[in-house]
Amino acid sequence: MQEALRFQPVDAEPVDHADIVVKARHLRRVAEGAARGLSLTIRGLRKAFGDNEVLRGIDLHIPAGQFVAIVGRSGCGKSTLLRLVAGLDAPTAGSIAFGEQPRAQDVRVMFQEPRLLPWARVLSNVEVGLGRERSSADAQARAERALVEVGLGDKRDQWPAVLSGGQKQRVALARALVSQPRVLAFDEPLGALDALTRISMQQLLERVWRDQGFTAILVTHDVAEAVALADRVLVIEDGRIAEDVTIDLPRPRRRGSAELAALEGAILKHLLEGSEDTSGL
Amino acid sequence: MSLIDSLPRVGAPKLPKVDGLIPWIVPLAIVLVWQLACVTGFVPSRVLPAPTDVALAGWKLLLSGELVRNIWVSFWRASIGFVIGGGIGFAFGLANGLSQLSAKLTDTTLQMVRNIPHLALIPLVILWFGIDESAKLFLVALGVFFPIYLNTLHGIRTVDPQLIEMGRIYGMTDGELFRRVIFPGALPSIFVGLRFALGIMWLTLIVAETIAASSGLGYMAMQAREFMLIDVVVLSILIYALLGKLADSASRALERLTLSWHPAFQKK
Ligand SMILES: Nc1ncnc2c1ncn2[C@@H]1O[C@H](COP(=O)(O)OP(=O)(O)OP(=O)(O)O)[C@@H](O)[C@H]1O
Ligand SMILES: [Mg+2]
Repeated sequence: MQEALRFQPVDAEPVDHADIVVKARHLRRVAEGAARGLSLTIRGLRKAFGDNEVLRGIDLHIPAGQFVAIVGRSGCGKSTLLRLVAGLDAPTAGSIAFGEQPRAQDVRVMFQEPRLLPWARVLSNVEVGLGRERSSADAQARAERALVEVGLGDKRDQWPAVLSGGQKQRVALARALVSQPRVLAFDEPLGALDALTRISMQQLLERVWRDQGFTAILVTHDVAEAVALADRVLVIEDGRIAEDVTIDLPRPRRRGSAELAALEGAILKHLLEGSEDTSGL
Repeated sequence: MSLIDSLPRVGAPKLPKVDGLIPWIVPLAIVLVWQLACVTGFVPSRVLPAPTDVALAGWKLLLSGELVRNIWVSFWRASIGFVIGGGIGFAFGLANGLSQLSAKLTDTTLQMVRNIPHLALIPLVILWFGIDESAKLFLVALGVFFPIYLNTLHGIRTVDPQLIEMGRIYGMTDGELFRRVIFPGALPSIFVGLRFALGIMWLTLIVAETIAASSGLGYMAMQAREFMLIDVVVLSILIYALLGKLADSASRALERLTLSWHPAFQKK
């Protein structure tokens, strides 16, 4: 566990001098962590675009603070589900209920594209994440803290255009984190990154999730990523949850371990069989 | 020298002092050759007066106050016409970019009017306004309107919808969304319109002033032609060129200032 706490993203600058502060903050977060996440209950959720029934009855309960990964073939409705959870679209039928009525800034989404404002400096981009609290007195301090959290404290005055893909995505993460959301939904946030950056981002995601204790819903194409990060992996097929796999392995998980590989293999097999079925039709 | 010399390059050595002078080498050389051609009698002064003669004519007109007055009149017409036409074009661009209803209501009409070359309206405009100030202002405003309108509209319509969605997710109000996302996103395109409009502004003014005016640079040139003062004619043309360059430089400076975030404007 100590290892996970000390982890720094690969290209972050060393923050030894601030180590004690970081640890103290971490401990405080863990203490409030249980209260931070929101539980989520989905009942009979359906979504159709015209004749195209994408989601055909999703029933799901996610306990507060759980890390859930959603996998499934392209076009199976993962993004659609995420957008419904985030309130970006309205369901055709069914309901989504949070453990408590969330405020606007309690539910945040992160997309595959960083969606940074190119004409705003990194820090202002993070401030956008504060929503209505943008004009509060401590807005800038909070944005700075979020930037440090993702290891980009020294980039606050840069234009997004000069950042690397991974750094942009970390700014987007800081923006999503700055309002201290209680549910954070990720739609393939690492899909466009190279393998190494991806791994360091995965570790960053895991760290902030453990620090802040939000409920995480991660849509991904990468089954290895899903089993490495999540408490639970959902496989969506034909608009329903076809499998619900609990990943009961201690953290930090060692990439490439036999247990992870076995779980990954099982889920992949399921996905591939599904695709053979349809191609046979 | 390669063809893609104008593209940003890594580690290209910069000589700032010399760099600023390079664009002036060609114009200077032209003036020099021109002077030589006139002095040697290769070009008769009735066809093209020497640069020194033009400068002398300019000096005389400057002393009599005529030059400053005419430049001022033209500058004033250009500015007022630009502000009126550009302002209305910008307003319509915003309205039609932001509101479906407004676009449905007016866009087709405007697109139809756009296809009439505005200079073709000169006879009509003279009938309406005579050779009054309003005739010139009307023509300039009309000419400037369309590039500004079209580019503002285009800029707003092509703002990345993902950014707009992002803004909404993060709880921006309509006003904030406009200020922080839509307007900055449309700005590069608006500047394209601005630069086009400045070109059209001078063109329209020259034509309008040569045809129907009793003051201004174009009028000065036409008067000079009547009295065969070819040096003054050339002088007015040069001043037009200078004013055009000035307007362009101003808009570029503004562009650099407001688009400093844009990769194309970032200083290395
Ligand atoms: N706004 C929309 N209008 C119409 N159809 C849509 C819309 N959004 C999604 N769809 C359809 O819903 C289906 C599921 O799309 P969705 O984006 O949720 O898939 P996905 O699982 O996220 O795929 P991928 O893994 O490729 O991102 C697709 O068939 C898509 O065409
Ligand atoms: Mg998707």
